[in-house]
Amino acid sequence: MIFSYYPGCTLRTRAKDLDVYARKCALALGVELVEPKDWQCCGVVYPLAGDEIAHRLSAVRVLQDAQSRSVSVLTVCSACHNVLKQCAYDLKNDADFRNKANAYSEFDIPVTGEVDVVHYLEMLRDTVGFDTIKQKVVNPLTGKKIGAYYGCLLLRPGKKMGFDDPENPAIIEEFIKALGAEPVIYPYRNECCGGYVTLENKPLAQKKSQTVLESAKEMGAECVITACPLCLYNLKKNGGDTLPVYYFTELLAEALGVK
Amino acid sequence: MQRIGVFVCHCGTNIAGTVDVKTVAEMLGKEPGVVFSTDYQYMCSEAGQTLIQDAIKEHNLGGVVICSCSPRMHEQTFRKACAKAGLNPYMVEVANIREQCSWIHKDVAEGTEKAVILGRAAIAKVHLNAPLTAGESPVVKRALVIGGGIAGMQTALDIADAGFEVDIVEKNATIGGKMAQIDKTFPTLDCSACILTPKMVDCAQHEKINIYAYSEVEDVKGFVGNFSVAIRKKARYVDETKCTGCGICTEKCPVKNIPNEFNMGMDNRRSIYIPFAQAVPKIATIDPNTCNKLKTGKCGVCSKVCGAGAIDYTQKDEIIRREYGAIVVATGFNMIDMTKFDEFGYAQSKDVITSLEFERLTNAAGPTGGTLLRPSDGKHPHTIVFVQCCGSRSTTENGKPYCSKICCMYTAKHAMLTREKYPDTDVYVFYIDVRTPGKNFDEFYRRAVEQYGVHYVKGMVGKVAPRADGTLHVQASDLLAGEQLHIDADLVVLAGAIEPDKSARGLATKLTASMDTNDFFTEAHPKLRPVESPTAGVFLSGVCQGPKDIPETVAQAGAAASKVIGLLVKDKLTCNPCVAQSDELLCNGCSGCEHVCPYGAITYETKEFMQFDRSMKPRRVASVNPAVCQGCGACTVTCPSGAMDLKGFSNRQIMAEVDAICK
Amino acid sequence: MKIDMNKRDSVIRMTGINPRTCMKCGKCSATCPSFDEMEYHPHQFISLVEAGRVDELMASESLYNCLACMACLERCPRGVEPAKFVEAVRNLKLREHGGNHLAPEAIPEMLDADLPQQAIVSAFRKYSK
Repeated sequence: MIFSYYPGCTLRTRAKDLDVYARKCALALGVELVEPKDWQCCGVVYPLAGDEIAHRLSAVRVLQDAQSRSVSVLTVCSACHNVLKQCAYDLKNDADFRNKANAYSEFDIPVTGEVDVVHYLEMLRDTVGFDTIKQKVVNPLTGKKIGAYYGCLLLRPGKKMGFDDPENPAIIEEFIKALGAEPVIYPYRNECCGGYVTLENKPLAQKKSQTVLESAKEMGAECVITACPLCLYNLKKNGGDTLPVYYFTELLAEALGVK
Repeated sequence: MQRIGVFVCHCGTNIAGTVDVKTVAEMLGKEPGVVFSTDYQYMCSEAGQTLIQDAIKEHNLGGVVICSCSPRMHEQTFRKACAKAGLNPYMVEVANIREQCSWIHKDVAEGTEKAVILGRAAIAKVHLNAPLTAGESPVVKRALVIGGGIAGMQTALDIADAGFEVDIVEKNATIGGKMAQIDKTFPTLDCSACILTPKMVDCAQHEKINIYAYSEVEDVKGFVGNFSVAIRKKARYVDETKCTGCGICTEKCPVKNIPNEFNMGMDNRRSIYIPFAQAVPKIATIDPNTCNKLKTGKCGVCSKVCGAGAIDYTQKDEIIRREYGAIVVATGFNMIDMTKFDEFGYAQSKDVITSLEFERLTNAAGPTGGTLLRPSDGKHPHTIVFVQCCGSRSTTENGKPYCSKICCMYTAKHAMLTREKYPDTDVYVFYIDVRTPGKNFDEFYRRAVEQYGVHYVKGMVGKVAPRADGTLHVQASDLLAGEQLHIDADLVVLAGAIEPDKSARGLATKLTASMDTNDFFTEAHPKLRPVESPTAGVFLSGVCQGPKDIPETVAQAGAAASKVIGLLVKDKLTCNPCVAQSDELLCNGCSGCEHVCPYGAITYETKEFMQFDRSMKPRRVASVNPAVCQGCGACTVTCPSGAMDLKGFSNRQIMAEVDAICK
Repeated sequence: MKIDMNKRDSVIRMTGINPRTCMKCGKCSATCPSFDEMEYHPHQFISLVEAGRVDELMASESLYNCLACMACLERCPRGVEPAKFVEAVRNLKLREHGGNHLAPEAIPEMLDADLPQQAIVSAFRKYSK
């Protein structure tokens, strides 16, 4: 299985771990990742106002590239995933945006949004299968109690993302089970860590990150895993040393013995 | 050529406001065959009808065209009026220049032009109308009530008390429905079971009522007065004639961990069970999905302990076919799935419950014997948060756009009773609006606030977060104070939206009764015929028609019964003469019509026909049973050879109308 | 209090949502993780836009404390999606001359060794034009 692998900027610099382990694990699981040529930043935040066209164009380019090569786009970073998935949805369902996007860009083949944007976790579940992963685990994380931190961007808006039940998701918990560990469900796993507000209003980001980690700890988690570089930063920097925080790919690499 | 009279109605300003009625009457007066044309303010009034009758006599009219409102409204009125003047009622046509013209046009010139065209079409049709005589069909003097909740039971009792036989078909093992699960009823707070169970017993003992419990409607054939219904009596694996309801089997059965539906899964029942102590009929039922004997062949404990020898593992479903004159739908409701709104944490905490689960927790026959205890740890809750409108008034995918109507009052009841029984409990109710229109309803709600000290907060709950210590962190808004509230609750109760029972959709198809987008049955007229469905002979009772509380349900159940009685007292029903008929000389015997007929009115028979050489040869031809045909016209458009035609709506008549419109 | 129906119409055009579909249940403000930081809360954004009182919102710091977590958008029972209104009003402000909230010069001071550029790009997208 080949995917057009879109790593995104942060994974080249501050979030190298998220990327490196994702690649190693894909190799171990027989999934081929091909980076699109000349990709740029996806835009990081998908505009909530419909009249923002230019902000969405680099995401449009990534989607057009995958569409013309008839491959699915694979993402690891929650923010990239949110932008690309929402953008594909709008291209498909919003004719006005689709027309404007095509008018701005000079594509050989017009972009239609008919392209699957798959998150690495979805790939693990649907392409590889959690049962296969269970069999390939060489260092099972037996006895480890892990809290999944979904944050906002993987889940919302639920209608466009179609990732999981936005209020009671299960995919990361299933992933944790596949690694031999024990998932810990806690109520703030889908509440905000503070996001970019950490730049201007650190106390607010601290309050939010601490709430998340304290909730995870209270319910018995020994560590928390995430798919988002900014979540990881906030939880680690602003969460007050409550619990260790890892990228989910790092734990996967450890379990598969490729770390 | 017919001598035709045209009568144009103003309908006050309803029509005259956007249609120049004088011009319409004048223009139509020039149409071929029209010998009289006039307009009048209210043609349906007594004076208007007299005007028509006088014109028929004076001008010796053979056909009448009324340009007015929809024929659904007044066709019968005008047909009757004309019949009194000696005209065959089927020589009357209505051109709908209100709903289909004046109400949708703003421009007078356009509206007038369209009204003239519609009038012309009706005139063209009347030229081809022929007098029709309605036949008669007998009425089977027995009614079927589908659903054995309070709605179905009340309807059945009222019909039976009038002396007619009634069958109740209930899909569960007992009648009683939701009301059997409720603890107290608002606003009088009388015990639900105390007023319900006598009615259940009345149903069981009434000589005119026959209960098919644990049964479902399989198919429905026929038409008003003459329905034929197949009922699937599901195998209970218990002989109903022998079981005494002693309950010993339900105590000895070794399969103990089946969630008890009656208590909303909050305790367990055995594989063989009687839903509750006052069940009617009080007969044990084996759940075939969990019974060891039926699954593996090993066990047989119930059979050994049954003193009556009633257990029969070989029992099969049974199909019973019965005839009915009328059918009442009383299929009720369920609460929607609260796991789809998990910001409230229903799937993530045992202590987030629905209102119906709360009813069971406060009911003496419930899992806690009527003491309010938390499902998770069996402790007394000291802070309870009630959340209203969970999924009601929601335009999202998982919600329902309507108000569920009953929640405001039952929540007030829950809050009040909790405060009365456990004064040390803090009770919060989060509401968007409190809707209490009903006799003594608002007074009841105010009592909860003023006398019982329930905290009513205008705002909604945004998140319920279960904590390790068992409390539930409730984050909500208090819109009047402009604050976000954080409450540590022990129990959260969700007033989930109600929706029609899932079986209703399939049943509607079997009955050819129409539903709205929310799967509530549609009434024949929202104001004037609220308990009749648009399908003749099918009546509506209870929540299957729309959300309603118990008093309203009982009132509607009685209304449906009176409509059924009005039908069953008749010995004969006048049939619709506008039925299909087949021209045997044109029929090619393809059976197309037979396949599309939804009423089973068409059969084929072999008849001898004379050939060119005068010899006789047998041929298959279609034959319509006029008593069964409902005049839907499906066969006429299916027939490839043009043999099938509908009286009163013949192909020629319809083409003449189209020609007149296109002229 | 200034009423500006043109601004109201601009916001409605940007969100594509009619604020009158709001039934004023307050679930958005119940769910908002930034509630305590905001002078105007999510439900007030809807009401004030509807009333044409957009200038008051544009002058408020509340615009920069929305985390864009989309919880209000997800949980709204009427599909009103308040986060979109916050963003649209903020865009009106940012698109004004001198309306930027975050200047590039201010960035170096905010950085630390671990801060992912995701945060900086997000902030620029949300806080300046």
